[in-house]
Amino acid sequence: MELNSKVPGGPIEQKWDKHRFEMKLVNPANKRKYTVIVVGSGLAGGSTAATLSELGYNVKCFCFQDSPRRAHSIAAQGGINAAKNYRNDGDSVYRLFYDTVKGGDFRSREANVYRLAQISVEIIDQCVAQGVPFAREYGGLLANRSFGGAQVSRTFYARGQTGQQLLLGAYQALEKEVARGGVTMYPRTEMLDLVVIDGRARGIVVRDMITGRIESHAADAVVLGTGGYGNVFYLSTNAKGSNATAIWRAHKRGAAFANPCYTQIHPTCIPVSGEYQSKLTLMSESLRNDGRVWVPKREGDNRPPFEIPEAERDYYLERRYPSFGNLAPRDIASRSAKMVCDEGRGVGPGGRGVYLDFADAIHRVGAETIRERYGNLFEMYQRITDENPYEVPMRIYPAVHYTMGGLWVDYNLMSTIPGLHVIGEANFSDHGANRLGASALMQGLADGYFVLPSTVSDYLASVAPASADTSHAEFRRLEAEVAERTRTLLAIGGKRTVDSFHRELGHILWEKCGMARTAAGLEQALAQIPELREEFWRNVNVPGSDAELNQALEKAGRVADFLELGELICRDALDREESCGGHFREEYQTADGEAKRDDEHFAYVAAWEYTGDLRHPRLHKEPLDFEYVHLAQRSYK
Amino acid sequence: MNLTLHVWRQPGPGAPGRMVRYQAADISPEMSFLEMLDVVNERLMETGEAPIAFDHDCREGICGSCSLMINGVAHGPELGTASCQLHMRSFRDGQEIHVEPWRARAFPVVKDLVVNRSALDRIIAVGGYASAPTGSAPDGNATLIPKDAVETAMDAAQCIGCGACVAACPNGSASLFTAAKITHLGLLPQGQPERGRRARRMVEQMDIEGFGQCSLYGECQEACPKEISIDTITRMNRDYLRALTAPDRAAAAESD
Ligand SMILES: Cc1cc2nc3c(=O)[nH]c(=O)nc-3n(C[C@H](O)[C@H](O)[C@H](O)COP(=O)(O)OP(=O)(O)OC[C@H]3O[C@@H](n4cnc5c(N)ncnc54)[C@H](O)[C@@H]3O)c2cc1C
Ligand code: FES
Repeated sequence: MELNSKVPGGPIEQKWDKHRFEMKLVNPANKRKYTVIVVGSGLAGGSTAATLSELGYNVKCFCFQDSPRRAHSIAAQGGINAAKNYRNDGDSVYRLFYDTVKGGDFRSREANVYRLAQISVEIIDQCVAQGVPFAREYGGLLANRSFGGAQVSRTFYARGQTGQQLLLGAYQALEKEVARGGVTMYPRTEMLDLVVIDGRARGIVVRDMITGRIESHAADAVVLGTGGYGNVFYLSTNAKGSNATAIWRAHKRGAAFANPCYTQIHPTCIPVSGEYQSKLTLMSESLRNDGRVWVPKREGDNRPPFEIPEAERDYYLERRYPSFGNLAPRDIASRSAKMVCDEGRGVGPGGRGVYLDFADAIHRVGAETIRERYGNLFEMYQRITDENPYEVPMRIYPAVHYTMGGLWVDYNLMSTIPGLHVIGEANFSDHGANRLGASALMQGLADGYFVLPSTVSDYLASVAPASADTSHAEFRRLEAEVAERTRTLLAIGGKRTVDSFHRELGHILWEKCGMARTAAGLEQALAQIPELREEFWRNVNVPGSDAELNQALEKAGRVADFLELGELICRDALDREESCGGHFREEYQTADGEAKRDDEHFAYVAAWEYTGDLRHPRLHKEPLDFEYVHLAQRSYK
Repeated sequence: MNLTLHVWRQPGPGAPGRMVRYQAADISPEMSFLEMLDVVNERLMETGEAPIAFDHDCREGICGSCSLMINGVAHGPELGTASCQLHMRSFRDGQEIHVEPWRARAFPVVKDLVVNRSALDRIIAVGGYASAPTGSAPDGNATLIPKDAVETAMDAAQCIGCGACVAACPNGSASLFTAAKITHLGLLPQGQPERGRRARRMVEQMDIEGFGQCSLYGECQEACPKEISIDTITRMNRDYLRALTAPDRAAAAESD
């Protein structure tokens, strides 16, 4: 396996333009002869499926929900970044690029990040033209807010429902193309394998989730926009259905998996309330604009918050990071919360929580303004906790939120399998070891509307249109394999439910590979996970049949994949003997507890190749060069 | 808490279904309604029984997947709350709870509590968009939009497409869903060029899909987890009538 990032030459500002000119085009009359499969209908998949169809390609789009509009992107709250500099506060494409490389703790590819920052401005224009109701000022111009990890105000938003509005924009464009006949939509259809023929991605094997039928689809290129794998931890802010199956099966067919251990733990989520908990709810980071984070100074102080006088409160983010304060990046804010709770100063049941207090902001701007800014988030909080955040400070705690790792892609967003492209959260993306707030929506749409449609055309121009029939023996072979796996799962007839395995895996990962990691803990996890996997295949109980809607069966397949991916995550975390961004190894920290990178030995992308043996994946390294943003210890002090 | 559930079980599309009684013991009031169903399902599976199928995904009230008729009320007793955001503290210890799927001609049952809502996608497909092929957009600030126009558009744009309005309507009408999209786009400058065509095509598609007529019962706005107002339906009717009586150009010129 060879990793060629295909980054074009020339100055960074000109790379993308130059590349766009150099890429080959497909003759308009030939476009309809090409079929592209897009798996996923979130911001990345939905926007790309619509755009490819507008360009004239035949598109087949798949999602596991009953409608493409329900992809997990719908849940994004806070906003989307763009270097518009509408506020005249010193923003620029270069600054967004700089902030993103630095925020990612120097573990991303500069050329990709620069392109992302350049395209960011076009995304806003595109979405406005579709009728996305972004917040406006009284004068009718677009409004902005600031977000963690940045000192400029570059985040565009639609109340606390930015992801919803952006996704509906893409979904409506997609449905328009469905009606026109350019896209065939396959909802409630789950991709279960990737078909590679003569070294190229040529199709997928899917299961119709209603009838259980296993079938294949052929295409000239396959695009995966299947989202992140945060649910490997069981509890996360992701939707219940979010899973790694599509990328994991592609990995096992030859796509390298990059930086699997880079997971983002989001600082502001509602704390866990009980064993039965099925998911965690994010409270948008935008709340940190006005909310102040604190815990009592004294260990074990369990007075109600309003009885704790000002002098006995520790506003620890403001204290430790005076210039960014409550807007410190996510990895730092999360780790700090863990630290104060480990010291016994956490609040709420179990001591796993910190306050996010709006009293000062309400005093300063009034409850009405706060309601206007965050009303729906406050309501959501109250609905879940039965507490009124206008009166009592919110209680928050970090939770798994986003995965920076994913399938390795080159500058063209193509994986190590020719013809297999990966976009959105599913690829290892532009965020290095830590993603800044409001940058995932930006990346998903940059990939989907603008980058992929150009680069996939370049790929298609190099291959003759193949027939879309699935008569090749490889399709039959993989269909049989998928069917066999399904039958095996149903036949085990063990004693434990799928969820009980998932919960246990999540627990291992959270304890050993969560906010803080050590070699010893990771070694333990690497012993426990294979055992758990072995028990799963012996003792899981999946009721029902394969010829019907069977939610337990769907889950079982996904958890089986998580049980393999979990091991790779720990292996990658063990191998990376440094701390960077969301990957914090306790052995590697500065005297004041900050992450200590080792650029000399670890300034690379770790891309893992599947060898057929889960215990011995092969590591390939893509070295990272920093020509523009100079390597420095990140400081938010 | 201990509850008695009566749940609609139906093995597949077109198969006969029936209400089945389950005991839900030791339920914590902090659980969400769906977490309570998870617990019931875990227990069913431990005894080798088939779990109850229901749609869900985000569990944050935004994806529109969850769709439960709870004691005859779409999404249950709390106003402005989707089934997944409903908590057990809204119920009493010992209460009997009836759980059924959305019932409407245009939403055939797939299994148990899962229905097919793809008719809603087809209503969007015929006109619920402002055409803007990628790459053709002017600067986002090129067109000023008054703040209150955007805020009102956003009130309607919040629709999560769950179909509660249809399930709550005695006629099984999809008017609130359709009107919400027509209102969202109709209030923005970007939505003007296709305004008449959009209203005409979306309204006609509702009929084709077998949704009922609107008689302004108002049940839909009570059931809507996003509290979308039936004022949107008035706007839809106006746009539709205008589109029938005037060509698109005239409808477009009249922006309000
Ligand atoms: C609660 C929350 C709030 C967030 N807020 C923000 C924010 O304010 N700003 C920001 O920038 N980012 C935010 N994020 C992150 C951001 O929402 C996601 O990273 C992004 O939306 C992912 O988009 P996507 O298109 O890559 O994937 P998704 O939206 O997850 O879409 C995945 C698609 O793939 C399909 N799929 C997956 N597997 C299969 C399969 N095997 N077969 C068929 N189909 C499949 C699914 O059906 C779905 O259509 C937030 C995330 C969460 C969880
Ligand atoms: S599960 Fe998403 S709205 Fe209820």
